[in-house]
Amino acid sequence: MTRTRLIFGVLASTAFMLGAQVATAEDDPKFKETARLYDTYCAQCHGVSRNGKGVNTVGLSVQPRDHSDPVGMASLPREQMVKAIRDGGASVNKSALMPAWSSVFTDQQIEQMADYLGHVCKCAKPN
Amino acid sequence: MRRLSFLASALALSIAGSAAAQGAGDLKSQCSSCHALEKPAAPSVERLWNRKGPDLWYAGAKFNRDWLVKWLQKPTPIRPGGVLWFKHAKPGEPRDTLDTAGAPAHPALDAAAAAKFADALMALKGDGVVTPGAFKAEGANLAMGKMAFGKLRGCVACHQDKSGEGGVSGPELYDAGERLQPDYVHAYIKDPQAFDRFIWMPRLGLSEPDLQRITAYLATLKAGQ
Repeated sequence: MTRTRLIFGVLASTAFMLGAQVATAEDDPKFKETARLYDTYCAQCHGVSRNGKGVNTVGLSVQPRDHSDPVGMASLPREQMVKAIRDGGASVNKSALMPAWSSVFTDQQIEQMADYLGHVCKCAKPN
Repeated sequence: MRRLSFLASALALSIAGSAAAQGAGDLKSQCSSCHALEKPAAPSVERLWNRKGPDLWYAGAKFNRDWLVKWLQKPTPIRPGGVLWFKHAKPGEPRDTLDTAGAPAHPALDAAAAAKFADALMALKGDGVVTPGAFKAEGANLAMGKMAFGKLRGCVACHQDKSGEGGVSGPELYDAGERLQPDYVHAYIKDPQAFDRFIWMPRLGLSEPDLQRITAYLATLKAGQ
């Protein structure tokens, strides 16, 4: 019985680890297109590693949000995140250095970006 | 005598016309593998990732000819991060870094070729994407333009208005006054997506006074200042 439990435990934790690996992989096919958009438009400030350390931060008076920070990101309501992406930081009383992306992204792409950010911080909340 | 003069003028026009045609042909054969010389029919994010150089289909409305002639003889990087900064970015502390050592350099031309290509580029007017006379040279507040660029509108996040100061993903602008036509600057910052639907500079929705003062400020910037 103990042996069965042990085998079950090992199998369960292996499955969990595999699951976790898939969920955090940058090439998760579900987010492939959105990750490409992030690389193209967002990573210049928010960083190649999504940690707020992009190449442009050298010139910024306010540092960009660290999207890999589960605590900071979990405190952000989804509507605020969507509005900041669509209408810019100033629209949610944050920095004007974050521009409005509505001329580049469709509404659907912005919603997908919010989903992706929940994936990046591993703190996704149900809609 | 009058007939002779007419023939001479016709001959001169014909020579000039054939030189222009030859310049356009050389531009196509030598530059089009890296630069779009016509407005892309199918813009996309992937096209931006795959292109080797900036689009030039509106070069004649964008650049000052004198700057082009000089730059083509001694090309220097305009975008600190290369044509697409992401391709040269590496994760790092305290921030990501750029390694553009492997980025291909633009070929240098001799003076005659530079003048010929500059003329051919100046003929690419961009299908009305730039409105001549949109920038009003008088009355803009330069100090307010500088403040809008640096603090209020966040342009400095991606562009340098002084060498070494500012973001690196966009083209440097500390010689914008020599390089760019003010009407182009006005048109581009008003609506970058009119030039490319997917370009990574977003439309900021700037007011006309902001467009005028930022353009006026950039028009004053010269290299070495």
